[in-house]
Amino acid sequence: MQTPASFEYERATSVDGVIASLARLGPEARVIAGGHSLLPMMKLRLAEPSHLIDINDLAPELSYIRDEGGEIAIGALTRHVDLLGSDLLAEHFPVFRDAEEVIADPVVRNRGTIGGSLCQADAAEDLSAVCTAVKAKVVIRGPQGQRTVAMDEFHVGPYVTAVADGELLTEVRLPLFPGAGSAHEKVERRAGDWAIAAASAAIWVDRSTIHDVGIALAAVGLTTVHLKRAEELLRGKPPSEELFEQAAAIASEDCSPMPDGRGPEDYKRHLAGVLTKRALSRATARALKQEA
Amino acid sequence: MHMTININGQQVSRDAEPRTLLVHFIRDTPGLTGTHWGCDTSNCGACVVMMDGKAIKSCTTLAAMCEGHEIRTVESLERNGQLDPVQQGFHEKHALQCGFCTPGMLMTARALLDENPNPTEAEIRTAISGGICRCTGYKNIVAAIQWAAENQAGARQEVQA
Repeated sequence: MQTPASFEYERATSVDGVIASLARLGPEARVIAGGHSLLPMMKLRLAEPSHLIDINDLAPELSYIRDEGGEIAIGALTRHVDLLGSDLLAEHFPVFRDAEEVIADPVVRNRGTIGGSLCQADAAEDLSAVCTAVKAKVVIRGPQGQRTVAMDEFHVGPYVTAVADGELLTEVRLPLFPGAGSAHEKVERRAGDWAIAAASAAIWVDRSTIHDVGIALAAVGLTTVHLKRAEELLRGKPPSEELFEQAAAIASEDCSPMPDGRGPEDYKRHLAGVLTKRALSRATARALKQEA
Repeated sequence: MHMTININGQQVSRDAEPRTLLVHFIRDTPGLTGTHWGCDTSNCGACVVMMDGKAIKSCTTLAAMCEGHEIRTVESLERNGQLDPVQQGFHEKHALQCGFCTPGMLMTARALLDENPNPTEAEIRTAISGGICRCTGYKNIVAAIQWAAENQAGARQEVQA
């Protein structure tokens, strides 16, 4: 039987209360939402928090997907099932629906949250790649108030994020620009498994030219892989299959997959390239349809 | 800590450690052993119950998190000797052999049909993708849920009458 080590439990009644509890209880206290990453870690003794602060009652404060004019704001406690079902999100960033259809399984998606997924910072986690591709920013609150951090600065290392002791991730913000298209491509061994590799792409097309682009890979590095060199190549050029082939070649070069039960290194590099090209093609098709 | 959880409409109270998982709370305290404890890692789906009408994995949920919520287990499906249409469907279509995955499959199916009374085969297969069955190859489980969808309107009217 797998059971977590002992801990004290309390339920938060407000975000301010969470910040106060974290300050009072110190760095061994952890916040729990869906619990589908933290509880398995605790069962394996990879995490042994002294206290758990349950934030599930904070849905009124922390669960929402809304258009704030120029940006879409997503509360950290928004569950995968709600991200999957959101027409607002699908309209502006279909990459979220692509990813949510293949994140874990529907029963897990009823509990897991976007904030939990991002804070777990597992390199194979899909939403970290999605948020990197769409150039999301995250809002982090602590005793000194709140700060906003870009995804590149959010991922500090494997399972480590910019969220410091005493702080809480409260919101994900997605900037809206015209001509956007986005897509997520994932290959997994079986339904609900982690990716062998996955690629997220977002593209912003202006008069048949790639004005801006974001590409990120999951499961082929120690953290989410942000393909800056491929983005640089694409910017300012008209989208084409040949160009995406070149971006795919860069993806295969710039990732650093580990061989494991999901496949050897060369296969994963090949897959990263193939999925990058597919994601870019699909994102572009969506962007161009949107323009017409 | 003292916990009170609404399980199948009954308030169940006991002292338990905060680390008690919902699956063990359900099986130990009211003794409702219909909910199975399987892989312990949220992969197999044998432990699926409903929380406020949504299917959840009770091996990856703390009992303490369920205070103030309504938990429904497989024992709640049969009412007054009348099987729920999903149970009847599993019977009609021979959707189990060893039966270990069955409580989770039944609760997942019930949650699906509550939300989507006429699912396509693809929707059924997606809905049960969080459950593992090593006997049936899933074919008969899908057929059973289809049977339940087709027959539940009539079955419900019968119960009401």
